[in-house]
Amino acid sequence: MAVIKEMSDLRPGIASPPGGFHAGHKVDPQHIKKAGPDRRRKSRRDEIRGYFRKIFEIVSGPAILFALWYLADVFGILNTRLIPSPGATLVETWHAMTEGAMLYDLAQTLNRVLSAFAIAAVLAVPFGIVIGANERVYRSAEFMIDFFRSTPATAMFPLFMLIFGLGDQSKIALAAFSAWLIIVFNVAYGVINARKTRVLAARSMGASRIRIFFDVIFLETLPQTFIGLRAGISLALIVVVVAEMFIGGVDGMGHRIMDDQMAFNIKDMYGSLLLSGALGYSLNYTFLLIEKYFIHWAGR
Amino acid sequence: MDQKGGQIEIRELTKQFGGDDVYRDFSLDLTEGEIISVFGPNGCGKSTLINLISGMMPMDGGSVLYDGKTIAKTRLSYVFQNYRDALFPWMRSINNIHYPLMIMGLDKESRTRRVEELLAEFEIKIDLHRYPYELSGGQQQMLSILRALITDPEVLFLDEPFSALDYETTLFMRERIQRVFLKRKNTMIFVSHDLEEAVQLANRVLLLTRRPTRVAEIVPVDVAWPRDSKTLTSPEFVAIKSHCLEVFSREVNRRGGYETDGTER
Repeated sequence: MAVIKEMSDLRPGIASPPGGFHAGHKVDPQHIKKAGPDRRRKSRRDEIRGYFRKIFEIVSGPAILFALWYLADVFGILNTRLIPSPGATLVETWHAMTEGAMLYDLAQTLNRVLSAFAIAAVLAVPFGIVIGANERVYRSAEFMIDFFRSTPATAMFPLFMLIFGLGDQSKIALAAFSAWLIIVFNVAYGVINARKTRVLAARSMGASRIRIFFDVIFLETLPQTFIGLRAGISLALIVVVVAEMFIGGVDGMGHRIMDDQMAFNIKDMYGSLLLSGALGYSLNYTFLLIEKYFIHWAGR
Repeated sequence: MDQKGGQIEIRELTKQFGGDDVYRDFSLDLTEGEIISVFGPNGCGKSTLINLISGMMPMDGGSVLYDGKTIAKTRLSYVFQNYRDALFPWMRSINNIHYPLMIMGLDKESRTRRVEELLAEFEIKIDLHRYPYELSGGQQQMLSILRALITDPEVLFLDEPFSALDYETTLFMRERIQRVFLKRKNTMIFVSHDLEEAVQLANRVLLLTRRPTRVAEIVPVDVAWPRDSKTLTSPEFVAIKSHCLEVFSREVNRRGGYETDGTER
């Protein structure tokens, strides 16, 4: 499935091994079975060591990048008109955040992303469940969904500008539309692939259709739904930032980056890029944390 | 063993898969209060049989009566081969056992009482506040069995319940299931692909033919309970097992020897 492949691309690297968050202190059941219960109690020292190794793994990548950037600057390899020194960039970014409007722009972007995402999620989850519940309905809707999902969201800017005007509405609407498609697709896919055995089990206990739906199918679908939600919010961020660049933007990270480029405010531009990246990463990570906590059974 | 003594009457059971008869006018009488194992060649429809008579799968024709009652009016429980797909991973193990009683509309107090009784009866030492996926395979299947038993079913169906477990766990589970049976005397009908298991755990072994499926023979196993690993090597057990194997081999090697109307039986 193409969508799922995209999904895994969106996962930040550290979270990609299954159960990655608990890798240090939670042992999977297979392992317990093989190794016996005493293996479960790792010594405290091992735990701390694992913890440090994890931090080291995460920090080493950015550290190397900054080191290379720094060295390149020191040895004068960089064209400082295009790539300023890391120190100057960070100082400038700090000023833009504390004294300038960078955080305001970030908040505006976040606001739009969350609005778009909320609209998309509220509309997509019930719809996905309905079309997923009936395979024939899904097959007939699949083409349409796939078609619009494959249409570049950016190609629809003009249309959305015509319908919703140049303000926030069109940006949010377009982001919501894009996120809606990807969420619907994943929810429907989750419903279709719900394990039939659990439905049969509940039915054999005499559960009514409504009960089976809420007690089994809905919960069964949640892991896939969350994959869709996570992909949806990432996509919403992309669309919002691009829309801010082109659809009559007055604020937001997209608008800021475009302005920086035109005014040749290069340091601020790099700072904005870093901050936008941090925003995207945080959104994704927050969802992964929610997922790990609420959908603890996913993939088990 | 004949405590409940009711009859399970299967009449003219018919089921087709893609135009092929799996069962055509299949009739059979079984006695309640016994363990019946179902054994036969690959693809003969062992699981299909218990799926049909438990109401899990709609039949194309025929009827099943449990002591004169229809499937809908009989308390039936079902244990699946794949416990991982059958348990509810979003619920703690203990709530998995509660769930069938919740469906029946029992309040929390009486549910808790019944669950505690059941756990005490079988001296369950599993940490039931864990989630199912945190338990070992054997524990998960034990949990499935407990979930099936909590409603005190008149008939318990088990579809190859131990085939996903390793041999050591299987032996342990065979011992536990015998204990369940000796205490509860629920009728149990179970499918097995392991002849030793099919004979060890049954009052009667139902041997099936190739499709369209008929009864090849019903072999009584009059060996004292409980049947431990010593039983497995006793002469009487071995004799019954080799008889079953004989019938089984004959059926495996016979090809297309049956008329679809079932006259040759």
